[in-house]
Amino acid sequence: MPEITYLEAIRQALWEEMDQDERVFLLGEDIGTYGGAFKITKGFLEKFGEDRVIDTPLSESGFVGAAIGAALMGMRPVAEMQFADFISCAFDQIVNMAAKHHYRLGEPVPLVIRAPYGGRLHAGPFHSQCPEAWFIHSPGLKVVAPATPYDAKGLLKASIRDLNPVIFCEHKYLYRHAKGEVPAEDYVVPLGQGDIKREGTDITLIAYGAMVEEGLQAADQMSEEGIEVELVDLRTLYPLDTPMILASVQKTGKVLIVHEAPQVCGIGAEIAAIIAQEAFRHLDAPVMRLTAPHTPVPFSPPLENAYLPDAAKIVAQLHELASY
Amino acid sequence: MGVGGEDLLKFYYYLRLTRGLEDRVIKLYRQGRILGGCYVGTGEEAISVGSACALEPGDVIAPTHRDLGAHLVKGVTPKEYMAQYLGRRTGPTRGRDGNIHFGDLSRRIIGFISPMAAGIPVAAGAALTFKMRREPHIAAAYLGDGASSRGDFHEGLNLAAVLKLPVIFICHNNQYAYSVPLSRQMAVPHVADRAKAYGFPTRIIDGNDIRAVYQATKEAAALARSGGGPTFIECKTMRMRGHAEHDDASYVPRELLEEWRGRDPIEKFERYLREQGVPAEALAAIETQVTREIEEALEFAEKSPTPDASEVCEGVFAR
Repeated sequence: MPEITYLEAIRQALWEEMDQDERVFLLGEDIGTYGGAFKITKGFLEKFGEDRVIDTPLSESGFVGAAIGAALMGMRPVAEMQFADFISCAFDQIVNMAAKHHYRLGEPVPLVIRAPYGGRLHAGPFHSQCPEAWFIHSPGLKVVAPATPYDAKGLLKASIRDLNPVIFCEHKYLYRHAKGEVPAEDYVVPLGQGDIKREGTDITLIAYGAMVEEGLQAADQMSEEGIEVELVDLRTLYPLDTPMILASVQKTGKVLIVHEAPQVCGIGAEIAAIIAQEAFRHLDAPVMRLTAPHTPVPFSPPLENAYLPDAAKIVAQLHELASY
Repeated sequence: MGVGGEDLLKFYYYLRLTRGLEDRVIKLYRQGRILGGCYVGTGEEAISVGSACALEPGDVIAPTHRDLGAHLVKGVTPKEYMAQYLGRRTGPTRGRDGNIHFGDLSRRIIGFISPMAAGIPVAAGAALTFKMRREPHIAAAYLGDGASSRGDFHEGLNLAAVLKLPVIFICHNNQYAYSVPLSRQMAVPHVADRAKAYGFPTRIIDGNDIRAVYQATKEAAALARSGGGPTFIECKTMRMRGHAEHDDASYVPRELLEEWRGRDPIEKFERYLREQGVPAEALAAIETQVTREIEEALEFAEKSPTPDASEVCEGVFAR
């Protein structure tokens, strides 16, 4: 199998879905002639034409609304946020129009909003944010956050084929840093299924996005000390793979949840509550969380490094858990 | 105006049905027989009926809470409307939403949501689809004067303009956005002045003249259908009741309401019909039919089952 980047995996998923389904089209800012801020859609305009690769005015609410309208008419729009931070400009269309539509009227809204998110690129408070919790909290949306090229391609294809609005969180740091093998033939990774990225017996580490690689590095270090960490990559944040989480916790009795988004009301809080309620008898230690602090994402490297969880911080937390 | 006798009676039927249903719902609200908000478009019926009658069956509308008439023209039945108000399972949202918050894509109606102007970009997206698929349909987005202060109005109009989409915008300028008068909503005299900035034709018409609304919509639709892009139609009218029925609208000057009462769109149209020689019996027959339909609708709704509590979690996602 060829090894490709996370960015290339996303590009391939879009290309292949557009190639095989003429209902799929793209809209967003600078995605046409310029090929997108991250060059994911480079060459798409030439291949698919301006009807299907639409450079929009600078108006997130406007083009997300238009994507919803097209979805209602039977198209399969994929809207690109230039940065996930700007998705707040389209919040009303997403949570009031798209998310509630099927519950109210029984009509599907097959829409994907791609949201390049996350830090470590020293891009400051407006180009680094992790907005996933806002959307997990809105009934009617699915939220996806892959960690590897294989998952990114398979999950994006599954998202495009899904009948519901999907917020597809692509980690910007992984675009060019994550590489992996991806099969040449068509495949999907079903939404709602986590993945055990590393098996272990002593501690469950729950992560997604860029925290998966950090978690794997931390797990390797712990293994040298004889502590075997099981890493659950959530892959889809809503709907959560609760059975996989609970099965792992039942096996290990200790849990660390890691995310790059701020802690307060983050997905870690939800997972901790589920574990406390459903697997309390299996716990040998408090459910722990390692997250960003409750601040905007800072710009300067010493501040951003302090802000973000990483392998070393994960190791420290794992040591604390191991002490129980 | 190119409308035959049959069309004139069709206008009259939908005007009467709209007014009749809303008057009935107001009474039910007063009697405490319906819960939640009660939103009507009294005095604005010519806008929704006239415009919807000017559209083709394949055209899509994104109406507002003042557009019952457009819903009815597109095929929503009085029974469904009453069942929706009474929160019954037989209503278009099966009790998930109330009053006029509903749509039905099988009848080419995009469901209305409360944040004003949200339907404008969505209608533009429907129009974008027609353009992409080279289908002969257009989309019509309705809005009020208040909605023109929201970002979605400006984003939606601009998007439609630069992509030259087959969409038309139909504005009820009813002079009040809840309690705030137009003068505090914008510092230009007409909503159309705002729309002009986007570079497509705008029209200002008498929204209480159904023939004018029909004619303007026909022309705008023809332009959009032929690839000429959007038109904005500002229909001058007056909100004759409160924002909703809980609101007595005491902030609206009485003289203003009196002035507009003299311009009632249905009375105005009746005068025209009589001038055209339409026999009084024809109008009376429609009146009788409408009254019967409304009472049958209410009976249907009241006899319909309410949703079962066990359904509360169903249908959040499409499968």
